[in-house]
Amino acid sequence: MKAFAALFAQLDESTKTSVKVAALAEYFRTAPDSDKLWTTALFTGRRPKRVITAAKLRLWAAEVAGLPDWLFEESYSIVGDLAETIALVLPPPCATSDESLTDWIIHLRALGMQDDDARKAGIIAAWDRLPPAERFLFTKLLTGGLRIGVSAKLMTRALAQATGQPEPELTHKLMGNWTPDNVTWASLIEADDPGTDASRPYPFYLAYGLEDLAALGPPADWSAERKWDGIRGQFILRGGSHYLWSRGEDLMTDRFPELMQLCDALPDGTVIDGEVLAFAGDAPLPFAALQKRLGRKTVPRKLLAEAPVILMAYDLLEHDGRDIRRLPFADRRAALAGLVARVSTRAPLRLSPQVTFSTWDDLAAARSQSRDVGAEGLMLKRHDSPYLAGRKKGDWWKWKVDPLTIDAVMIYAQSGSGRRANLFTDYTFAVRDGDGLVPFTKAYSGLTDAEFRQITAWVRKNTLQKFGPVRQVQPVHVFEIAFEGINASPRHKSGVALRFPRMLRWRQDKPVAEANTLDDLREMLRLYG
Amino acid sequence: MADVLTFTDRGIYCPAGDFYIDPWRPVPRALITHAHSDHARWGMDSYLATPSTAAVMRHRLGDINVQTIPYETAQQIGDATVSFHPAGHVPGSAQIRVAVKGQVWVVSGDYKTVDDGLSEPFAPVPCHAFISECTFGLPVFNWTPQDVLQGQINRWWAESAAAGKTAILGAYALGKAQRLLRLLDPDIGPILTHGAVENTNEVLRGIGIALPATTRVDAAMTGKTHPGALVLATPSALGTPWARRFGPSSTAFASGWMALRGVRRRRAADRGFIVSDHADWAGLNAAITATGAEKIFVTHGYTTAFQQWLRDQGHDAHTVSTDYQGEGFDSGEDAA
Repeated sequence: MKAFAALFAQLDESTKTSVKVAALAEYFRTAPDSDKLWTTALFTGRRPKRVITAAKLRLWAAEVAGLPDWLFEESYSIVGDLAETIALVLPPPCATSDESLTDWIIHLRALGMQDDDARKAGIIAAWDRLPPAERFLFTKLLTGGLRIGVSAKLMTRALAQATGQPEPELTHKLMGNWTPDNVTWASLIEADDPGTDASRPYPFYLAYGLEDLAALGPPADWSAERKWDGIRGQFILRGGSHYLWSRGEDLMTDRFPELMQLCDALPDGTVIDGEVLAFAGDAPLPFAALQKRLGRKTVPRKLLAEAPVILMAYDLLEHDGRDIRRLPFADRRAALAGLVARVSTRAPLRLSPQVTFSTWDDLAAARSQSRDVGAEGLMLKRHDSPYLAGRKKGDWWKWKVDPLTIDAVMIYAQSGSGRRANLFTDYTFAVRDGDGLVPFTKAYSGLTDAEFRQITAWVRKNTLQKFGPVRQVQPVHVFEIAFEGINASPRHKSGVALRFPRMLRWRQDKPVAEANTLDDLREMLRLYG
Repeated sequence: MADVLTFTDRGIYCPAGDFYIDPWRPVPRALITHAHSDHARWGMDSYLATPSTAAVMRHRLGDINVQTIPYETAQQIGDATVSFHPAGHVPGSAQIRVAVKGQVWVVSGDYKTVDDGLSEPFAPVPCHAFISECTFGLPVFNWTPQDVLQGQINRWWAESAAAGKTAILGAYALGKAQRLLRLLDPDIGPILTHGAVENTNEVLRGIGIALPATTRVDAAMTGKTHPGALVLATPSALGTPWARRFGPSSTAFASGWMALRGVRRRRAADRGFIVSDHADWAGLNAAITATGAEKIFVTHGYTTAFQQWLRDQGHDAHTVSTDYQGEGFDSGEDAA
């Protein structure tokens, strides 16, 4: 655990990518295989299950620290992280431990099997032989909430340095259904063939936002299609079974049972990259329809009828069991078109239509119609581009429509947690309605740290009323709020719900009297809802 | 019985002696606990402070009318008897004891209970009422023992030097900087200082405080002219062009706020050392118990929670509103 805690501290404290990668690579060179495997699992979101509820942990920690519950809660609200609060308030450890990360995870899982009294005794004994940094990590693992500020990309780069293997190959190996219980370090990383697990997806190819249209060269080199507003998914049909993966590596097969029909319609050994869309007739339904189906493990029949989904196919990655990612996009697309053409039009599969254009102006005109066809912009792909792994510049670009914006007044502020503990970063915004203000959205990103600090100092001095952690502030600051979509919502006082709201800029030049009104918001709902 | 001290919009006031303690607006007579800028302000007709505090105040505030008083020495002012007692915060820092007709009140100023090897160590003063800071008045603040801290800082410096990086450490110019200076191992490399730090060093050396050899940073210095150096700077200098002249560097902050992971990450330094010249949770509680005071006033910091905690412990605790700032965590200001 010491080595893992030291690694965590280095990753956590440094902001320099080079320092993080070097620390990780060193760890992957020196740690025992089982610890490397668990570390890789933890860093790719494969956390052990929660052993104990947060409520019990707080109770026991307050008891051991000799604190009244209210003071523990007060401390927690300042620190912003339960495991950290616990690690900080407990008395110093009485013993030490040389057990490894793997040992502690085994120990922790054993605790999960025990009754409450034994669990309490076991957890308190563990706290008592771990110094604060390790205590924090152990408690994070107990709550199932250990997240580390290292992207999969950085970790793969470090693994590549430590093992000498190419990054894309490692990215592929790390995908799919594995857990530290069903693989070893040798089988996962050192073995040559990443294709042993039938469910294993290919790394998604992601695009950056378009920077410079003029730099793309001749329009004839490019293919364009709509950027659909659903859930990106990879559909895999191998060995008679099908799997649907999200971009975040969630297996979502069971959430979209309609797609099972494709097992009979498509040949075995097929992997399609596409967009899961709620779809009716010939057009996609608004994202809100799909949203109702998210977060559900099983789907009631009524919802299946209301919001049926299809796979809008973008690309073909595996054809007849062969990995074709290196073929040019034009060839992959032709093969994909051939597959889709053989499938009944009643099956939940469509080929994402190409947008035809001969000049960039044509394309710009097509982009401006995106909202009308239910898309969020265009995707540009070079005809000869291979299917790469991860977010890459050059061959693929997304060209989204500009977000919708509205000028709103900040009326409540709440402090953030974690890195933003002690800063007021979560705001509630209102639009004007006659002489009053109607709250309509929250937003908590888009400003710089310096701006958040400035606003925090202002909030402290301009609080009208406190409601627990929430402060009502003087309604004087106007912010431009950007969002991707707007829907009617009876649950909200304003009658609307926004998609991806964030602060575009702080309009220090605007008085409240120039903020937008509820009528403006309703008009946007009429136009874009 | 009348209160020995009252709380006014100018500061803490003693009616029996007609003087103020650490006032934040101009008054005829000010008794000063220590020389940090939120306690020792410009514009008083006269000041009374310990000799070390007076020396730093003259440096910071210029030509002022200041009398000095040694520690543990009683002086009569009107109907009040005052004396200054070590607060352990920075060199010269004092708690001010005020006795009127047998009633004893003590103003802590800022204080810490551990011996930092630089400041005169904190001495508890029995009293009826204790006016205490509580900058870090929550149980999550527990400072690293000084010997462990010393090992951490020197190891970080040595590792930075070995990697060809300049170690840049941000700390308050008065007190924190000199305390850290005395923990550094000069065998690792040269110690360079930011102007604000070095000016304070000169004042403190002038009153007989021994500090290791330091070199003031000038325009010609870079990481190449002074390889393996540690640069001691004010927190606000980190990340500026002034700091970038040293080329490849590892940066660190030394502050009590570094106990919180969120703040550590937000400050975006490579390292955070948990070190403060304010009392931690255990220190605050020990100090208050040692005074034997029935009545406690808390002035700045986590006042609401700490007052409630003291009441839970059976104290007659109150919060008073002051302009003191404690240890800032967002600004780089030298206010501690």
